[in-house]
Amino acid sequence: MGVSFVKVYKANCNKLFLDNMVNENLVKDVVKEPYKYGFVTDIETEKIEKGLNEDIIKLISQKKEEPRFLLDFRLKAFKRWQKMKEPDWAALGYKKIDYQDIIYYSAPKQKEKISSLDEVDPKLLETFDKLGIPLTEQKKLTNVAVDAVFDSVSIATTFREELAEHGVIFCSISEAVKNHADLIEKYLGTVVPASDNYFAALNSAVFSDGSFVYIPKGVTCPMDLSSYFRINSGDSGQFERTLIIAEESSSVSYLEGCTAPMFDTNTLHAAVVELIALDDASIKYSTVQNWYAGNEEGIGGIFNFVTKRGKCLGKRSKISWSQVETGSAITWKYPSCLLLGEESVGEFYSVALTNNLQQADTGTKMIHIGPKTKSTIVSKGISAGNSKNSYRGLVKMGTKATGSRNYSQCDSMLIGDQASANTFPYIKSQQPDSEIEHEASTCRISEDQLFYLQSRGIEFEEAVSMMVSGFCRDVFNQLPMEFAAEADKLLALKLEGSVG
Amino acid sequence: MQSKMKESDPILEVKNLSASTDNLPILKGVSLTVYPGEIHAIMGRNGCGKSTLSKIIAGHPSYNITNGDIKFLGKNINSLEPEERSQSGIFLGFQYPIEIPGVSNLEFLRVSTNARRKFLNKEELDTFDFEELVKEKLEIVKMDQAFLSRSVNQGFSGGEKKRNEILQMALLEPKIAILDETDSGLDIDALRIVASGIKRISNAQTGIILITHYQRLLDEIKPNYVHVMSDGQIIKTGESDLALELEKKGYEWTDNFIKET
Repeated sequence: MGVSFVKVYKANCNKLFLDNMVNENLVKDVVKEPYKYGFVTDIETEKIEKGLNEDIIKLISQKKEEPRFLLDFRLKAFKRWQKMKEPDWAALGYKKIDYQDIIYYSAPKQKEKISSLDEVDPKLLETFDKLGIPLTEQKKLTNVAVDAVFDSVSIATTFREELAEHGVIFCSISEAVKNHADLIEKYLGTVVPASDNYFAALNSAVFSDGSFVYIPKGVTCPMDLSSYFRINSGDSGQFERTLIIAEESSSVSYLEGCTAPMFDTNTLHAAVVELIALDDASIKYSTVQNWYAGNEEGIGGIFNFVTKRGKCLGKRSKISWSQVETGSAITWKYPSCLLLGEESVGEFYSVALTNNLQQADTGTKMIHIGPKTKSTIVSKGISAGNSKNSYRGLVKMGTKATGSRNYSQCDSMLIGDQASANTFPYIKSQQPDSEIEHEASTCRISEDQLFYLQSRGIEFEEAVSMMVSGFCRDVFNQLPMEFAAEADKLLALKLEGSVG
Repeated sequence: MQSKMKESDPILEVKNLSASTDNLPILKGVSLTVYPGEIHAIMGRNGCGKSTLSKIIAGHPSYNITNGDIKFLGKNINSLEPEERSQSGIFLGFQYPIEIPGVSNLEFLRVSTNARRKFLNKEELDTFDFEELVKEKLEIVKMDQAFLSRSVNQGFSGGEKKRNEILQMALLEPKIAILDETDSGLDIDALRIVASGIKRISNAQTGIILITHYQRLLDEIKPNYVHVMSDGQIIKTGESDLALELEKKGYEWTDNFIKET
């Protein structure tokens, strides 16, 4: 066509400013909901001393009995990190993090080698039970394999034998380092290089555990895989690393959940997730993030700085991110896709809910490199209380991305009149024969809408939750079934008053 | 016939009702009593307080009742939430039905209908049973099933929105229906559909209040009483011929009543 077709427009931008905005107090009541996962497990832990230096990194590596290449990887990353500056471009305000005041390794004390779940400390099993993630044989979730990560280490992974029959490897990354070193050496850091950004460099230097998934050629993973991340200590950071490799013509759906206790200090969580999809492979990665968000005055809560990226290396490969972000005091997260393979597809579906003094700066990057690549972005931000919720996204069409297309839709919903919503869409096109389409809207839950639903017999809280669910529908439709129901419930809970 | 009606207790009694919003008085002592089987029409200039009266009866949170009472089936409802009023059988047909993006019309109608059924101690309907019921009611308003899968009122034409209101009324089977300018902006065919819908739900046990500017709806549905409102008060009450006279003489004619009172 030879014509650059870049459409940027704002549609349906109906900011409904009402003089008498929704019975302010009522809404405040509704969005107040105590955090249900705030308990601390009293368990003996092995912690190393606070602070970060080469010796600490060597100590972590030694504790994990790592091969030389990994220690080198860590030390190199640490050197890079020391030269880097913490990014300040996000629309986030927070107290400077003292990286020397953090414990970089904390693990519950266990027997040296655990051969079966029976040997796992019952307190840990109980913890995950309480979180709704039963790990024991009798109670484990049907048809979902779980890798449970507690602070710095993986506690247990279920359904391993069943998965192994199909050639699927699902284990903690520490185990993978021991048993599948070749795969780790080949792929680790190839999607998110240690030098990528400040937090990725930090993670590369100190990561302690996380999940590893390998789906062999032609295999459709027989069940959903999931990781559940639990932060238990108040003074240690969690730096997990996840690596998923889908070989030719394979597919997998991976779910991730996160919670943490309530502490009045901020805990740093800096994770890296790397996905690799080869020819005709597809990876669906869904997250429900419910880290502790801090209290109403904004004290405490997790600082969540995460780098998630997928590489569509193969032709017609597909990587789809869906996320429901409801927790954390600070969220800095941009799950992205590098679309290299011809006709590869990247997707990003996101719901981010912020309340009280939470701040979220989240979005995606879709980097179109190969020809005929396609990406879809659907982002729904909901801001309540005094929170700040920003969408930040980049769509880039490289010089070889002929016939590529992107569609982005970014909608914000404001609840109350103290919350704020921003949209920062960046578009870079170096290929005239590509299409980028962007739509954005902002709306408020208006008093009139609530009154309309109420005047039809629908309770106030149900009316709010109906409208929020309706607003998020496009994203919920993308989540795996059980997850969609959970996400809907989670949002309703977050927005429900103590009455419910 | 009238005396026979009054043997029963009133459905709605509004007594000397005054109300304001943002400290601005809108209603200044309105009294109105509706008995079972009665149809009342309220007419008056824009801004005279007709819509406000209907919203206050339905429980809109923007208005404060400064004086007087609203009684529904003998009970004071001044402090009831809008949803409680709806569940107990008060229906307000909106002049401008509200669009709710993302919420499916079918689900909305079902949740709403079940809230009313729960109040009436009737069994709540699952999706399948509800679809049966709603199909039947769609006939009344001559609406296509496609309306059910769309978001509530979103992208509906003016006439479609009004018919959706009548559909809701037909599902909720209220004790009293207050229809705020349901006839505005309708073409003749749509007006007939709406009028026949109203007739379908009106019976010896229900009351209806029609807020309107036009005689043409009242040609279809003959009211027992016509009230004329001005500046937050009912200034004249008559029988159905009052509407005809009003249509001939215009609201200027009613200005004289104010001078009389």
